Order: sequence, then structure tokens, then C-alpha cells
Amino acid sequence: MTDTTPHEPDHVYDVVVIGAGIVGSAIARDLSGHQLSVALVEARDDVGDGTSKANTAILHTGFDAKPGTLESRLVKRGYHLLSEYARSTGIPVEQTGAILVAWNAEELAALPGLKEKAEQNGYDRCRIVGADEVYELIPSLGEGALGGLTVPDESIICTWTTNLALATDARQRGAEVLLNHAVTAVSVNTRSTTLTTTGGSVQARWVVNAAGLGADRIDRLFGHERFTVTPRRGELFVFDKLARPLVDKIVLPVPTSRGKGVLISPTIYGNVMLGPTSEDLTDRTATGTSEDGFAFLLDKGERLMPRLLAEEVTASYAGLRAAINHGDYLIEPTPSQRYLLVGGIRSTGLTSGMAIAEHVHEVLEKAGLALTARTDLPGPPQMANIGEATVRPYQDADRIAADPEYGKVVCFCERVTAGEIRDAFQSPLPARNLEGLRRRTRAMNGRCQGFFCGAAVNRLLNENGCGGTAAAPARPEVNS
Amino acid sequence: MTTTTLTPDVLIIGGGPAGLTAAAALAPRIRGEVLVLDREKDAGGIPRHSDHTGYGLRDLRRVMTGPKYARHLVEQATSAGATIRTETMVTHWAGDRAVEVTGPQGRLRVEAKAVVLATGARERPRAARRIPGDRPQGVYTTGQLQNAVHLHHSEVGSRAVIVGGELVSWSAAVTLREAGCATELMVSQYPRTESYAAFNIAGRALLRVPVANRSRVTRIIGKGRVEAVEIENLDTRARRTVACDTVVFTGDWIPDHELVRSGGLDLDPGTLGPLTDTALRTSRPGVFAAGNLLHPVDTADVAALDGLHVADQVEAWLTGAGEPAPGLRILAEAPLRWVAPGLLRPGDPAPPRGRLLLWTDRSIRFPHVIVRQNGRVLSERTLPWPAAPGRVFRVPWSVMKGLSAQGGPVTIGLR
Ligand SMILES: Cc1cc2nc3c(=O)[nH]c(=O)nc-3n(C[C@H](O)[C@H](O)[C@H](O)COP(=O)(O)OP(=O)(O)OC[C@H]3O[C@@H](n4cnc5c(N)ncnc54)[C@H](O)[C@@H]3O)c2cc1C
Ligand SMILES: Cc1cc2nc3c(=O)[nH]c(=O)nc-3n(C[C@H](O)[C@H](O)[C@H](O)COP(=O)(O)OP(=O)(O)OC[C@H]3O[C@@H](n4cnc5c(N)ncnc54)[C@H](O)[C@@H]3O)c2cc1C
Repeated sequence: MTDTTPHEPDHVYDVVVIGAGIVGSAIARDLSGHQLSVALVEARDDVGDGTSKANTAILHTGFDAKPGTLESRLVKRGYHLLSEYARSTGIPVEQTGAILVAWNAEELAALPGLKEKAEQNGYDRCRIVGADEVYELIPSLGEGALGGLTVPDESIICTWTTNLALATDARQRGAEVLLNHAVTAVSVNTRSTTLTTTGGSVQARWVVNAAGLGADRIDRLFGHERFTVTPRRGELFVFDKLARPLVDKIVLPVPTSRGKGVLISPTIYGNVMLGPTSEDLTDRTATGTSEDGFAFLLDKGERLMPRLLAEEVTASYAGLRAAINHGDYLIEPTPSQRYLLVGGIRSTGLTSGMAIAEHVHEVLEKAGLALTARTDLPGPPQMANIGEATVRPYQDADRIAADPEYGKVVCFCERVTAGEIRDAFQSPLPARNLEGLRRRTRAMNGRCQGFFCGAAVNRLLNENGCGGTAAAPARPEVNS
Repeated sequence: MTTTTLTPDVLIIGGGPAGLTAAAALAPRIRGEVLVLDREKDAGGIPRHSDHTGYGLRDLRRVMTGPKYARHLVEQATSAGATIRTETMVTHWAGDRAVEVTGPQGRLRVEAKAVVLATGARERPRAARRIPGDRPQGVYTTGQLQNAVHLHHSEVGSRAVIVGGELVSWSAAVTLREAGCATELMVSQYPRTESYAAFNIAGRALLRVPVANRSRVTRIIGKGRVEAVEIENLDTRARRTVACDTVVFTGDWIPDHELVRSGGLDLDPGTLGPLTDTALRTSRPGVFAAGNLLHPVDTADVAALDGLHVADQVEAWLTGAGEPAPGLRILAEAPLRWVAPGLLRPGDPAPPRGRLLLWTDRSIRFPHVIVRQNGRVLSERTLPWPAAPGRVFRVPWSVMKGLSAQGGPVTIGLR
């Protein structure tokens, strides 16, 4: 079911999901597995262009969640659902394991409590290890570690492919993906709700608000005053691939009240990441990086792993967590309005997204939405592998023999081939701009940042009718 | 698996001035094949998209544009009998002198008797310089800019800020002018803009580029497209913003050393290229290196002459030259950042062109070079040419006379 026509203004979808991040895409995918017409409405010109594109990309076991919360349950469940889904779609995942490192007596003393907490969360594979073992596991760690706690199942995953897979799956199951549709007004009528968007109005019987950083604003459009989102910025450095031999596990700090703190982690693309910072802001578009953020990270990095700082930085970026003044996820239906809020999915939404979707469907059913599972579902989409741990197209002799485009390396640093770039333009949710292409292929994400390939990549973008700019088109755009 | 194995006598990785010149020199002199692999669509290296004159002076004794020079070198290598394969990228090592390769013809394995690494250098982009701010479109390196303008005829913006004051920064200014983009400002951390004095004055007069010396960019501003940069005066710490829609990061070179590092070859911590001796041998027997991979970054003719120099050494290796003698490290002392080559072995030839290549962080009008070994001054010499940041400082090999092969490392300093 890849063929949909642009929506009619009068068409009433059974469910409209606002926000095509991980959470909204997972929900749209799940709902379109039922006998329902579903639309996924997104303000930006691509799926996964909000918080879901800029995080630390760790698939959490949920060992350190607050026991008994909805978040704790959904992170744990999400870990299994997404691991399984990754296997069937080809989303890159590596089970690297993590180690929490204690640097002072207080942190050392906190380890047994953390192990216990993990057990309360149903995770019993943590182990407390001494300093010797910490250095055995991570020889390049800075001096002064006193001990650690291992979490063998923490994993790294590709957040871009995850988001894209879920949205593509929703699309292939028949959901409409309406990009460049920012919801600006809501009018709840007796039988349907009209969403006014920058791409025209959209009618729905039920509305699910999964708008991430914008969820409180949508909630207000529905007349509620429940919560305020605080954008909590996290800045990160991505170090060159040549640094990867320094660290093959996620190195976590012992958590404090300020959040999870600064970690060092291998990335699925073969780099090493340092970050994130944690800073509450007011501007929800402030995804720029800052001098203070960089200084803070370099200071932390200097202590955590001085050798890492001698390596080149390949990229830096910032993401905004949707923090709220509430200790748990805020998933609350208002049946009278046929409306469901999915808010406050702070720092674990990549992992929990699919479990949130499962939970949402139960909540909706209880709230009165009839859900009948479909029996004619297409199989899961097969995603392009942009992970470094398994065979990439440029390494695949048979694949190149069958299609020489996979033998033409366009982006040298990331070894992205002409075949992969072509595929990204021809997929069900095609790349429309440079950022979208980067997330689908890794092109231009490497150490030269375009010195060699930038011009060629831009040329391919222009040839494919997408233009090199990220400007939103004036006309309403419907995915087709 | 459909992997083909090729077995040339010599594998040259990188078809820029260094690799092509080595190929042209070697091909007529050895029996087996000389194979050049380059990942770009056409061989020729950086000069392919450096569309202005100034190439070929020292190696060809005439001056031509970059693209013409690139074509000339390709022809020279081909007519000498070397094989050039383009769109063919070396991705991994597969043995001491064997590599894995990807190209449209498939996945190849190449096993050679000798390997020359000539993979060049690139400019550090914004991220590597750790410059914070927004992440808008319109941020380039000179390489990307020239590629876009000269090979792809793409448009750039209308008002640019150039970061850096090296030779290549002026090259960027020329390209911007050709692309119809005004240079609002050149920002350089040094008290005076470096590069050749002649070009500098001519450049300033011709291009009328205003320069902010002793300054650095502290932030990039703009959603979607660049709107401005914030710059800071390094002495007064005063900051201001400069409106622009294009930013070009120039100079600040790093060798393309991926194969050097992934192969575990010894690295020179100064240049970040492979550590070589004056015969341009790396730490792995039968693997040599030449060009800007060793000295980031010098002009193309100097890279080409490295290629000529390495050809003799490769030939000697193929004809069974014995183990080289142990070497002495040659080290640079501040304000010198690096020296290439970094090893000296008794009995070896002088380095290419009989010069040591160095990089200075401070400008010195009449540099006084001091060579020391074991704390003892070996030689001193005042040179008639300046040492200036942003370009290679050359020192005649004769300053190394009189050192002891049994002594400790040799250091080169400036006063
Ligand atoms: C620095 C950082 C590190 C993190 N690390 C991890 C981690 O390691 N593991 C993990 O599991 N999680 C992590 N997270 C959390 C995770 O990234 C988020 O929980 C998750 O991406 C949230 O997804 P989402 O779909 O709710 O939000 P988003 O991805 O932001 O999606 C919301 C979408 O709604 C759209 N939208 C907003 N307003 C409107 C409107 N009015 N009309 C239409 N559309 C609208 C937005 O454009 C956006 O695309 C991290 C987050 C950050 C910031
Ligand atoms: C913008 C700019 C302007 C310049 N202007 C001048 C000037 O006016 N005059 C002048 O003399 N010099 C100039 N130079 C410097 C000159 O271009 C360089 O000195 C010269 O190109 C260096 O030659 P090289 O052979 O060492 O490396 P390069 O020319 O960089 O060639 C390296 C080659 O190796 C290939 N390669 C790298 N890795 C692999 C791999 N893994 N597999 C296959 N192939 C690989 C690359 O594709 C490339 O073709 C300029 C440089 C720049 C960037």
C-alpha cells in the first residue's frame, strides 16, 4: 500500500497523530495496523526532524528508571519491542553494554543502590566491579576511577533509521504522512475535530498529540492547562572514527538529580560521542551549540578520557529534551474530546517509542476507539544499513556486481555510494533536502564535512528536484 | 564472493600531483605494472578544481592553471605506461602491502611489492575547529567551495566571510569573486596576514579584501542560511557580528591519514602524517609516502617533486635494497609546529629538493635557524627569507651537517 492520493479537505480520518518524531511515528504505525484511516501530521518538511534526530541514541534497558513509573515500564518494554523490530527491519543496533563509572566515594557508595534499583526494574544483570576491572574494560579511561557497575545489555542504535522505519512502515500500512502541516488551531466539534494547519485543514475523529516540544501548546489549543514544556538542551561532540578503538562500551556517569550526566559512547556509525550537557532554556528552537557548552564538555572529557580530546571533532550538535514539571510520562485521554495527550517524553523516548504506541492503543481502546487488527498487513520495511558493524553496500562485492552504483563512493569519509543516495530519493519517504539525505545515508556527515563530496552531493540533490535548501515549500505538501 | 585480485609491482594510492609524478617516473623504469588508484571521478588531485594559475613552477618550470596542470600530470603518467583507475577507493588494508578497494568494477584486492601513499591533505571544517552556534547552510571549506564553483558550477551566496589568512584563503577569495560573491571580511588570528608578501599586497589591492587580524570566529549565526558570524579580537576580547550569507573555513590542514592510522603505521605527532625518513619510507617496509600527506600543506609542485624523489627509493626497494640503518628523530621546537621528514638515517639521500619543510606559528622576518643534538648546537644559520604562519618554511638540508648518527634526537628551533 504505497500509493495514496493527496487528502481531501473534507475527509475525516479516524485518527490523526500530530508529530512525526519517534513517538508519533510509532503510534501512527501501530494504529494503521488496525482497520482505521490514519494521518501523521508534521510541521516540518521531514519526519524525525525534531528531538528524535539529535539525541545520544542509546537503547536503554531501563535499569535506572524510577521503579513503578509508567516510564520505567515502557522503557523496559520498548527495549524489547525495538530490539525485535530492529532485527526485522535492519535498523542498525549494537549491544555494546555500558559501564557506570564512580569517580568519588559518594558515587562508589551509590552503586549498590543502583544495582538494587535495576533489580526492582526487573533487570538483574548488573554487576559491581572494582577499579581494576573498570580499566580492563576501558583501558583508555582517565585516571581516578574507583569502581563501576556494568549493564551488559545497554545498546547503541541508529535513531534516524528508527524514526524513518516507523514512519515508512506507517506509510506502507496506508497512513497518510502530511509534511509541512504545522497545527495552529483546533476546533472540536461533536463528531469530528478540525485541525487548522499551515498545509490546510485536516479533519479527524480522534486526535493524538505527540508533538514533543510543542505538546503543551497543542494541549492548550484543546483548552487544557496541564503542563509546560521546558526545552532542556543537550550539546554533544562527535569525534572522528579513528577514535573508535578507544572505547567500545557506553561509559556512563553515576546519575545525579541533574539527569544522566555526560557520557562517552561509541556511535553506531563508528564514531565516539561525548555529551550531552543539560541546560534549561526557554527558546524551543535553540538547537544551536554554545561556547559554554563546548567548554563544559571539553572539561568533562579531559577528566573522563584525555586521549579522546586529542582526536579530531567530526561534528557537534544540540538536541532539546521536552522536560516537564511532572515526574513521569504524561499520557492522558480526554474521551469527551476524542483526544489523547502523549507528553513529557523526556530523555527516553527513542527507546520507549514503540511501547508508548502499544500503551496508547490500549488507552484509546478503553476510551472508546474501536480497534480491529488488520490481517492484510504488509511486511516491515527493509531499511538501508547505515551502521558500521555490519556489511555496508561499498563492502558488498555481490551487491556491487549486481548494481555498480553501489561501487561508486560519493562521500569518501562515510563511504556512501551513489546507489544509496539514489535509493534515498526513491524511497517511500524520500529525502527532500540535505539534512534528510544525511540522515538516510550519512553522506557529508564525515570528517571532511563536504570538502571532497559536498559539491557532488548537492548536485545529486538538485538533480533529484529537491534543491539544496531546507526552505519549506509555499504550497501545501502531501507525501506522494 | 566476486573479489578480483590485482598484483601490480607498485600501488600508488592517490592520483594527485605526488602520486601521478611518482607513477610517471616509475613506470618506464620497472618491469611490472604501476597502478594508481584515485577515488575521484578524474585523477589530478586538488588542482582539478583550483581554477587559477600558479601551478607547475618548480616541477615543470612553467606556470599553468590547476586543471591544466592536473590534466598534464595525468597524461604524463599514462603515456609513461602507468595504469590509472579512478572512482576507485582504497578502504582497508589486507596485508602489509595489500589493500581492499571499492569501485564500480567491484570489490578488488590489490597486492603490490611496494606501496606509495599519496592521499594528500584537507582543511579542517568548522566542526573540527570547534566553533559553536547554529548549523545553517552556507558554510564551506575552500575545497568544497572550489569544487562547487569550478567543477559543479553551483551558486554560492553574495557576501562571504573567509576564516584564515593563508595562501589558500586568497585562493578562496579569488573563487568567491568569480562566483559573484563579495568577501566582506577575512579573519585571521595572526597579527599580519600570512601568505606570500607579493600575493598578499597584490591580493589586497586586487581583491580589496578587508582583513581582521588577531581575530577569531566565536559563533555562527543563522537559521536555514548563514546570517552572520560573531568575531572576537584576541587582544581586546571585544566582539562584534559581521553580516554574511557564506562562511569559508580555509587552511588549518590535516593530512588524509586514515590509511596510515588504520594500518598502524608510525605517525608524526607534529604533522599528523606518517613518520618518514628522508627516503620517504614509512615505518612499514615497502610502504612509502609522498606529497601533502607528509607536509600539510605545501604547493603542488613540491608535492610533485616528492613523487619524483620517492620513485628512486621505490625502485631501490624493488631491486632489493637492504634494511635501512636505524634513524634519528628530527624534532621541531616552538614556534615551529612541525618538521618533515621526521627521521634521518645515515647513508640516506637528502630529503626531496634538499630541503626540510617546517611550519611556524609566529612570523619572523629574518629567521635564525638553530640545530641541536644532545643539547649541543650543531649549526646555526640566518636565512634570507621569512618564516611566516600559514605557509611552509623551507630550510636547506645542509644545516644538518655534522650530526652524530649515534647521538640523540636532533631538534630544529628558530630565533
Ligand atoms: C540530548 C538528548 C539525548 C537523548 N538521549 C536519548 C537516548 O539515549 N535514548 C533514548 O531512548 N532517548 C533519548 N533522548 C530522548 C528522545 O530523543 C526523545 O524522547 C524522543 O526523540 C522524543 O520523540 P518525540 O516523537 O516525542 O518528539 P520529537 O522527535 O520532537 O517529535 C515531535 C514532532 O512534533 C512536531 N510538532 C511539534 N509541534 C507541532 C505542531 N504544532 N504541528 C505539527 N507538528 C508539530 C515536531 O516538528 C516534531 O517533529 C534524548 C534526548 C535528547 C535531547
Ligand atoms: C584551494 C586550494 C588552492 C591551491 N592553490 C595552489 C596553487 O595555486 N599552487 C600550488 O602549487 N598549489 C596550490 N594548492 C596546493 C596543491 O593543490 C597541493 O599541494 C597538491 O594538490 C598536493 O598534492 P598531493 O598529490 O599531495 O595531494 P592531492 O592533490 O590532495 O591528491 C590526493 C589524491 O588522493 C586521492 N585519495 C585520497 N585517499 C584515497 C583513497 N583512500 N583511495 C583512493 N584515492 C585516494 C584523492 O582523491 C586525491 O586525488 C592549493 C590547494 C588548495 C586546497
